[in-house]
Amino acid sequence: MPIRTDFSATVEHISILDEHGVLDEQLAKDTLTDEQVLELFQYMCKCRALDETAFKLQRSGRMGTYPQNKGQEAAAIGSAFAAKRGVDWLVPCYRENAALWMHGLPMHYVLLHWMGDERGNQIPQGVNITPLCIPIGTQMLHATGISWAMKLRGIPGVAITYFGDGATSEGDFHEAMNFASVQQTPTIFFCQNNEWAISVPRERQMWSSTVAQKAIAYGMPCVRVDGNDLFAVYKASRDAIERARAGGGPSFIEAVTYRLADHTTADDARRYRDPVEVEAWVGKDPIIRLRKYLVSKGLWDDAKQAELDEAGKAMVSEVVRAAEGIAKPAVSDIFDYTYATIPPELEVQRRTMRTHSLGQSPEQVGLAGR
Amino acid sequence: MREVQYREAVAEAMREEMLRDESVFLMGEEVAEYNGAYKASKGLLDEFGPRRVIDTPIAELGFSAIGVGAAMNGLRPIVEFMTWNFAILAADQIINHAAKMLQMSGGQYNVPIVFRGPNGTAGQLAATHSQSFESMYASIPGLKVVTPFTPYEAKGLLKAAIRDNDPVLVMESEKMYGDKGLIPDGEYLVPIGKANIRRTGTDCTIVSFGKILKTVHAAADALAAEGIEVEVIDLVTIRPLDLDTIVESIKKTNRLVIVEESFPVASISSEIAYRVQRHAFDYLDAPIRRLCQSDTPFAFATSLIDAALPQTGDIVQAVKDVAYVA
Ligand SMILES: Cc1ncc(C[n+]2csc(CCOP(=O)(O)OP(=O)(O)O)c2C)c(N)n1
Ligand SMILES: [Mg+2]
Repeated sequence: MPIRTDFSATVEHISILDEHGVLDEQLAKDTLTDEQVLELFQYMCKCRALDETAFKLQRSGRMGTYPQNKGQEAAAIGSAFAAKRGVDWLVPCYRENAALWMHGLPMHYVLLHWMGDERGNQIPQGVNITPLCIPIGTQMLHATGISWAMKLRGIPGVAITYFGDGATSEGDFHEAMNFASVQQTPTIFFCQNNEWAISVPRERQMWSSTVAQKAIAYGMPCVRVDGNDLFAVYKASRDAIERARAGGGPSFIEAVTYRLADHTTADDARRYRDPVEVEAWVGKDPIIRLRKYLVSKGLWDDAKQAELDEAGKAMVSEVVRAAEGIAKPAVSDIFDYTYATIPPELEVQRRTMRTHSLGQSPEQVGLAGR
Repeated sequence: MREVQYREAVAEAMREEMLRDESVFLMGEEVAEYNGAYKASKGLLDEFGPRRVIDTPIAELGFSAIGVGAAMNGLRPIVEFMTWNFAILAADQIINHAAKMLQMSGGQYNVPIVFRGPNGTAGQLAATHSQSFESMYASIPGLKVVTPFTPYEAKGLLKAAIRDNDPVLVMESEKMYGDKGLIPDGEYLVPIGKANIRRTGTDCTIVSFGKILKTVHAAADALAAEGIEVEVIDLVTIRPLDLDTIVESIKKTNRLVIVEESFPVASISSEIAYRVQRHAFDYLDAPIRRLCQSDTPFAFATSLIDAALPQTGDIVQAVKDVAYVA
């Protein structure tokens, strides 16, 4: 018997807007209108401004640890723009602020969260977003479940879940990918491959040359895109979402991008990253190339940029004011959100406001009145 | 009333709730085609089809989490584990996600999910397959934990668990699925959070739960033959704990023995002993005694299995000790 090939695969890489701001007109056809590009560009700039302010707030002690998004704005916004607000779900980790904003989350929520307030995750009714997820990789499974529920209930929605390159080493990732393809759930696995998991470079996290090819093992359509290219990210996301909505099951998108800042404000990436590598990626900044493109098309100029910068500043200070202006949470909150229906022993603790040592006082067992 | 097996009671509960509520469904390893590793989902695939009775890949963490996601988006999953010993792989999702999603979303997303399956020792299954997890999960705020002992509770509690808006963990036993018992013909629920006085008596209170209650009952009979009447309280729900029923009983008997099929350290018996001394110290005429399984990985050899678990004679002796009877 001859040896034959039972399976072989390739991974496509889409790039539409290059780092010099030059657009591939052919591939860009039927993607974003000028108007949309202008709108999304402004979102990206404002998010960058907010990111920088958040960093400063942390440094001045007004906020806890914060993971900067800098450099990953196109990946976040291009994908979220392809989703339908109020129908589709966004299931984030922690590095896609622009996506959350795009999908309807007021931006002061994000700051509130990183200021250490649970209410930053109290997602407003009608906004289909789950709380930021700090345990790495766990949310991909929730997204699979959420999208599966939509499929079972006959709701024409999809769920996009965000995660990093590092998260694809977790078992959760593989279990989610497998289940999603077996059940053909409308799930978009959106990997922001920013080349680093804290201080561990991609080559030391996986031996495969792309992240996307991991999807091939699950029979799932996959694609790589230039994650700093708004057009490519949007196109891949839109195609995946359309396919999922039409019953075509899950997809995997690897957005190749780069974390321009530290992992979080608790990190100093200079200790483990080569400045030459960082410099090269600064040159591929998603915002700079988009601006070059808009300028070249006569859609943008310095005056408009100055105006946008002003608007960004105003928006950021409004967001900070909103986040800092919220009254402190009530102690009762810690009891009220532990169970949907509060059990008697917790009810007594709530009433007596004894937050520690269950059972310390007689009234806590309901025996006092007897 | 009619007689059913424990496994039939479990299946009936799921069937009735699936008929009553479109959003209820069952998922797990071997639950569909095979009718469940212990046949507790018999007939459900035939009746409800593969959309609502789902054989999952072998991925406890994964399907538990997918259940959590589905529960956050309008469904009421029942997740069956082949055993709670394998559910350790899913502990992250139960402890860190199902239990905390409501809190961490500021009350936005509750997780109405049931995790169920056999728990505890079941003969020669060896150490990795012979553990009880009530105390581990009962220590987690946000979870509810129940251990139905008879078919009556197996059905009524499971139905209550499915309707509950919080995550409920149902601890069954390989050794109880074949047990028979009477259940009402019509619909009924057993409320979560209420202990059950299985036997009344005046001389000593025995608190216990789950399969080991069989041994407790045998001990109670033996003691009765000697003129010692014990009151047997089945906790039924482990969290939230019905302490009132325990304390009221101790006011009458002034003595307490706790019998638990689990490791002794940081167990349900430790917790009860603390709370009882805090709330009924003045009613106690003797120090509290407890009997647990040996503080070692569970044995494999039949000869060692009995030595590792409290036996009838041990319970009889403990009661006599606290009653100061020779
Ligand atoms: C389960 C788990 N393990 C470890 C961590 C600690 N941790 C936080 S972020 C991180 C790196 C994640 O890298 P990646 O998935 O690439 O996301 P990125 O931060 O680069 O966006 C690690 C290991 C965690 N939060 N959760
Ligand atoms: Mg990364």
